[in-house]
Amino acid sequence: MKVTSVNELEAIRSEILAGKDQDKPCIAVCGGPGCLANQCLEVRDAFVNEIAAKGLTDKVDVRTTGCHGFCECGPIALIYPQEIFYQGLSIDDIPEIIEETIINNKTVDRLLYTDDEAGQLVETEGEVPFYKQQMRLILGNNSKIDPHSIEDYIAIGGYSALAKVLGGMQPMDVVDEIKNSGIRGRGGGGFPTGRKWESTRNAEGDIKYVICNADEGDPGAFMDRSILEGNPHSVLEGMIIGAYAIGSNEGYVYVRNEYPLALKNINLAIKQAREAGLLGDNILGSGFNFDLKVNRGGGAFVCGESTALMASLEGKPGEPRAKYIHTSDKGLWDRPSNLNNVETWANIPLIINNGADWYSAIGTESSKGTKVFSLVGKINNTGLVEVPMGMTLREIIFDIGGGIPDNKAFKAVQTGGPSGGCIPESLIDLPVDYDRLTEVGSMMGSGGMIVMDEDTCMVDVARYFINFLMEESCGKCVPCREGLLRMGEILTDITEGRGRMEDLDLIQDLSEVLRDASLCGLGQTAPNPVMSTLKYFRNEYEAHIKDHKCPAGVCTELITYSIDAGNCTGCGLCLKKCPAEAITGETKQPHVLDAGKCIKCGICYDVCKFDAVRKE
Amino acid sequence: MSQNSQTPRGEMVKIMLNGAEVQADPYWSLLEVIQFYGIDIPTLCHDEGLTPYGVCRLCVVEIGSGDKTKLVASCMHPVWEGLEVRTHSNRVIKTRKTILELLIARCPSSKKLQDMAALLELKEVRFEPLNDDCILCGLCVRMCEEQMVAKAIGFAGRGTDRYITTPFDMNSEECRKCGACMYICPVCELRCQGPQADTVLCSGCINTEPVCAPDYGDAMCFMVPCLSCVKGPEDVK
Repeated sequence: MKVTSVNELEAIRSEILAGKDQDKPCIAVCGGPGCLANQCLEVRDAFVNEIAAKGLTDKVDVRTTGCHGFCECGPIALIYPQEIFYQGLSIDDIPEIIEETIINNKTVDRLLYTDDEAGQLVETEGEVPFYKQQMRLILGNNSKIDPHSIEDYIAIGGYSALAKVLGGMQPMDVVDEIKNSGIRGRGGGGFPTGRKWESTRNAEGDIKYVICNADEGDPGAFMDRSILEGNPHSVLEGMIIGAYAIGSNEGYVYVRNEYPLALKNINLAIKQAREAGLLGDNILGSGFNFDLKVNRGGGAFVCGESTALMASLEGKPGEPRAKYIHTSDKGLWDRPSNLNNVETWANIPLIINNGADWYSAIGTESSKGTKVFSLVGKINNTGLVEVPMGMTLREIIFDIGGGIPDNKAFKAVQTGGPSGGCIPESLIDLPVDYDRLTEVGSMMGSGGMIVMDEDTCMVDVARYFINFLMEESCGKCVPCREGLLRMGEILTDITEGRGRMEDLDLIQDLSEVLRDASLCGLGQTAPNPVMSTLKYFRNEYEAHIKDHKCPAGVCTELITYSIDAGNCTGCGLCLKKCPAEAITGETKQPHVLDAGKCIKCGICYDVCKFDAVRKE
Repeated sequence: MSQNSQTPRGEMVKIMLNGAEVQADPYWSLLEVIQFYGIDIPTLCHDEGLTPYGVCRLCVVEIGSGDKTKLVASCMHPVWEGLEVRTHSNRVIKTRKTILELLIARCPSSKKLQDMAALLELKEVRFEPLNDDCILCGLCVRMCEEQMVAKAIGFAGRGTDRYITTPFDMNSEECRKCGACMYICPVCELRCQGPQADTVLCSGCINTEPVCAPDYGDAMCFMVPCLSCVKGPEDVK
């Protein structure tokens, strides 16, 4: 397939659509990271084998797709055209699905999702509460296409935005459209994308670059990964449009090497697009040339920072440089460079196809469009959610996320990755947009959302994130390298009972210096977890320091286990399980725990059925 | 930024430096302008003969006005028309002191750091001293590469594990043992054995009369060493 003009693209699209029978059953098996870990490929193979065994190979399609988002219920399969949603599949379920659903056109009720609140089974994906309140503009296509097939992407309207741009829009029109849409960078900083494009376009220089930042490194975040794995062509289309608008003929996709499937899919997509004439010279007969290279990241978190990423692309160590001269003027190899995140690029075709007015109608005053969040931690419905900007945390966590497991109380949510802040329960009705999150001491970041329940110690959380950032700091500038080291030391002291009240002032001072004086965004935002927990959970810090108690019972140095003789039945279970032989006692007599021998592993607490082990 | 000698001079721009309108060459770095007007601000990783690196962050100054001010490393920052700069605001001084505190805790034996501590009136170091012998300012690396054209040493490791070494930690044939790295190093010298040599801060030989900046802001004289012409803010009218 080689497309040489806009009209030819439309002709090819009609041809693909005409060849597709919309009523032909198709089984879309989720092949996202969560489902892959739950053996979805075996499930997919079982579908293929079963269909072959029934002689239905020509009548039913099986498609391995990108992430559908509802990781909690994986492996997931969607049965088209009815869009029946089956979850928690194992290979043993497959013959029944083929027999009942494909042949007899009935649902297999035990594999359907149960809406606990309404107390009934739901048949289709759209009725599942997890999906019902989402607005899946970016992720929604994942289940409709095979990421390895450019035809599938073209069939759902792919590259029509590119055709529209190359078929009659001037580069400045494209920039204006993006500016008017109000979209802001999805990678963390939230800089208006249109303005970035404009300044790169206006920058002096013959050679300009566009770069896609796919070095997603936040713990628990996999939004960009799922887009690249599930719909790589949407990112490519966005980049080609951006390159045209900016006046660039060369681009880079910087993907972290820990994402092998994303690398494979984006490389395949680039190859297909080149063969189709959508990358390379004279794209769609417009005279515009653009090509892309894929670069694999070397495993440094800091390379997600734009200048460090560019240094890494240049073959230098991934260390940031001062951005007083913007990368839109002097970026990669000192040439004007426009770097956007995967999700930003994937939004571009949507804006071009539907118009800036349509896009800017979604979201809040200052933040437009939808945002993908990875909802993880102590939450019932773990997965990827895409919601319009301005939805409240409560709606995301309780309505979509299904609340906290085991009826525990919600304590805080950490947004924006390791350098985001912890937002307490009192602010749960906060509408999620760039500015509101910054106001409360957190940030949008790339969209991580880690939910914490009452059993989470906030000092321990701050210590964890500071240690993560300390290990990932490049070590170039003093505040970040030395400051994070000292902050980690102080927080460790506090969690181990050696804290002093003046340490709280010291970490506050250090936080301000890091925020003000660090060289790059990593150091400048690094104090967020500390500052936000100090602001909202100061009492927990004080309990650790003054009373030498960890209120959540997490910091092992500060908790002691004992056995309540009144409740203990002498069943002997804890005695048997204790790895340190710290528990003694006769059968059917109350047992005794020797605090000197206790290693505070918590096994006795977990195994006791009579609530006799006390943790203080 | 240090290429100004080769670049034809353009027109001068006006900037506000500590409340005074001054002219500045747009090809200079902000630090060069500040030093040109005789204002002394501490620098550590900066050297006139080397490319600015901007890592010690001691040369931070506050730019902008009203609520929208921020701290920038003046050695890396360009100069433009209307830029408002404060070299000794409270926020700047506090930041410099904390950074110096972190550096001294890393390397208390450096006379250069100790002298700077005396000048900045650092009273205590709140961190456990590590007694290390390198603060990773990168002067030696740049000296070796840019002036000696040898590239015999460089950084290795990341974050707190960062260190300076020869390639693959082996004896390097590129090294001519010229000693330029030791010449420029601000810390690899013997500590001056002042009267309180056992404490982290020595506060020995440098005159530590009060630096009036935090109290007088734009009105200060910036004489170094401070001549202590006034005793307190109430003396200035």
